[in-house]
Amino acid sequence: MDELLPRLPFASWIDSGVDWLVTHFGSVFDGIAGFLKGSVEGAVAWMDMVPSILLALLFALIAWIVSTRKIAIFTLIGLLFIDYLGYWYAMLQMLALVITSVVIALVIGIPLGIWGSQRPTVKKIINPVLDLMQTMPAFVYLLPAIFFFNIGVVPGVVASVIFSMPPTIRLTMLGIEQVPKDLIEATEAFGSTTWQRLIKVQIPLAKPTIMAGVNQSIMLSLSMVVIASMVGAPGLGEEVYRSVTQLKTGVGFETGLSIVIVAIILDRITQHAGKKKQGGIVK
Amino acid sequence: MEEQSKKIEVVNTTKIFGKQTKRAAQLLNEGKSKSEILKMTGATVGVKNATFDVYDGEIFVIMGLSGSGKSTLVRMLNRLIDPTMGSIRIDGQDIVGMNKEQLREVRRKKIGMVFQNFALFPHKTILENTEYGLEIQGIAKAERKAKATESLRLVGLAGYEEQYPSQLSGGMQQRVGLARALANDPDVLLMDEAFSALDPLIRKDMQDELLQLHHDMGKTIIFITHDLDEALRIGDRIALMKDGDIVQIGTPEEILMNPSNKYVERFVEDVDLSKVLTAGHIMKKADMVQVDRGARVALRLMKRQGISSIYVVDNGNQLLGAVTAQDALDATESGKTLESVLIKDIPTCSPDTVLTDLFDTVSTTPIPMAVVNEEKHLQGIIVRGALIGALAGDGQFINRDRQVEMTVDTEELLDLEVSSHG
Repeated sequence: MDELLPRLPFASWIDSGVDWLVTHFGSVFDGIAGFLKGSVEGAVAWMDMVPSILLALLFALIAWIVSTRKIAIFTLIGLLFIDYLGYWYAMLQMLALVITSVVIALVIGIPLGIWGSQRPTVKKIINPVLDLMQTMPAFVYLLPAIFFFNIGVVPGVVASVIFSMPPTIRLTMLGIEQVPKDLIEATEAFGSTTWQRLIKVQIPLAKPTIMAGVNQSIMLSLSMVVIASMVGAPGLGEEVYRSVTQLKTGVGFETGLSIVIVAIILDRITQHAGKKKQGGIVK
Repeated sequence: MEEQSKKIEVVNTTKIFGKQTKRAAQLLNEGKSKSEILKMTGATVGVKNATFDVYDGEIFVIMGLSGSGKSTLVRMLNRLIDPTMGSIRIDGQDIVGMNKEQLREVRRKKIGMVFQNFALFPHKTILENTEYGLEIQGIAKAERKAKATESLRLVGLAGYEEQYPSQLSGGMQQRVGLARALANDPDVLLMDEAFSALDPLIRKDMQDELLQLHHDMGKTIIFITHDLDEALRIGDRIALMKDGDIVQIGTPEEILMNPSNKYVERFVEDVDLSKVLTAGHIMKKADMVQVDRGARVALRLMKRQGISSIYVVDNGNQLLGAVTAQDALDATESGKTLESVLIKDIPTCSPDTVLTDLFDTVSTTPIPMAVVNEEKHLQGIIVRGALIGALAGDGQFINRDRQVEMTVDTEELLDLEVSSHG
């Protein structure tokens, strides 16, 4: 076999491609890195200005508004528990990383999903790329991310964005495509433009599905925090990583549990946000 | 017949679904059948060389079983489906050649559509649903609210503005569908199986209301249905479709009485004629006499026609009652006026009464039933023989235009008068 088919040097192609990008677009990556770092650190600084009890109350209030009282109470107790364990600041750092990467994932993912739902060709191109993003082991793209953005929170954000964006795109496409055909016909029959059809009918009706995608993106982004900490992203993930490497089982559980609490809070809040405000009808 | 100005002209319009539409179109022109074309090219012929006109203000029903192409045909009228070949004109404007913007304008202003499964937007209130067509035209909020509210009132849904579609019953939801289509004040209303999803009682109510709305607003309506009874009930004219072909176009009577081929014949053989035909269809010319002509003239007229009773009208031809030959004879002998022996309590019906509602009265009344219009003018009479003949499907008992000639022949009356005095 070796004789018949010469081995194509894929690996060295990729290496030289990365090198080429770093040398020619270094300033672009620096700009992106600066922006991401600024966003995450800014968010942490902002949240840290507020006393922990007040912030926990604020989160509980948000939970109450968008979902139920039960979840609001859980939010308050859970966050105060994390504070009590002494991981408040680490939690804020993790939250900032998650929020930043999810916002980026949504800002890119939702429009891409809408575009894909309108153009079959776009969808055909997007789908395999999404498969790649979801199945490629995260460490593989963490490495070039370090070349592009150096060690720290930024490659962590980038890895989270890559890993967490696919469900938002997929479920946005799915949600829009699932809008019943006769409703589409109705919008057409009354003379809607494509834009009017999307804004007034398709996107509002796809909202629960899109929100399910957002929810999944948040969860996937949370699942990346430990991996992100390996390239130097601070936060609860870093605490977990450290406790594991130092064989501190107890601390590992404490920090792990804190991540779980945050995950449950974010999950329940976003789940309910998708279902509410549909005029009494849940699809 | 109403004014015959053409609202929609469809000429040789064909829709072929699938690949190889060009080749399929060519084969179609060579006279190949739908199934042959499917076998040779894999393309499906949806509608085949449809040609018809829809007149301004009529209810034109396109009827056929599922798969006959009726939904495709109606969707080509507003180009929800683009025709493969042919021409469609609405008010002389070519629809097929329009660009996106012109088409949008036509859809916004000229054509409204009502859907089988209502197609209401579940996330919008009833009012917002009704406003939709106006909203996308950028009409100011107050104005569109006023129009939508009026439209909802027309369909009997005032007070439901703030509800959501899921809170309404099927019949009410379809009223919203109708209100939404009417809010734009379109000239043409396309109704695709609009009542098919409703249960029979509600469906009949909706048909009645549609007829009433049509009477009041005079819109041109294209109504799609697979239900022959519905087609016969509401259609001014009916186009019957089979396998993409229009097999017959005609008034309900023409379709029932003169089916153009075996298919139509089989289709209509189970129709309950008594629910389709009306008094106007089967009435006969009535003999009548003006009241001031006196009993003697009435008697002579009856003798001459060989009948035992005659209708009496006033000078304005309004029906007053009837008189029997016996009473007229008594009156002549005793010198009484015709008015004094008049039987005023006589059975009447309107020309629109369906036959099934006549049976009871016709079977018991000694005097033939009088058909009168809204002004109480005598239009004709119902005789038992014609009723039975029409139900048996005998075309000679049917008045196609639902009228019989009803002039009072004064010349003849004068002759009679002279001869009776002489």
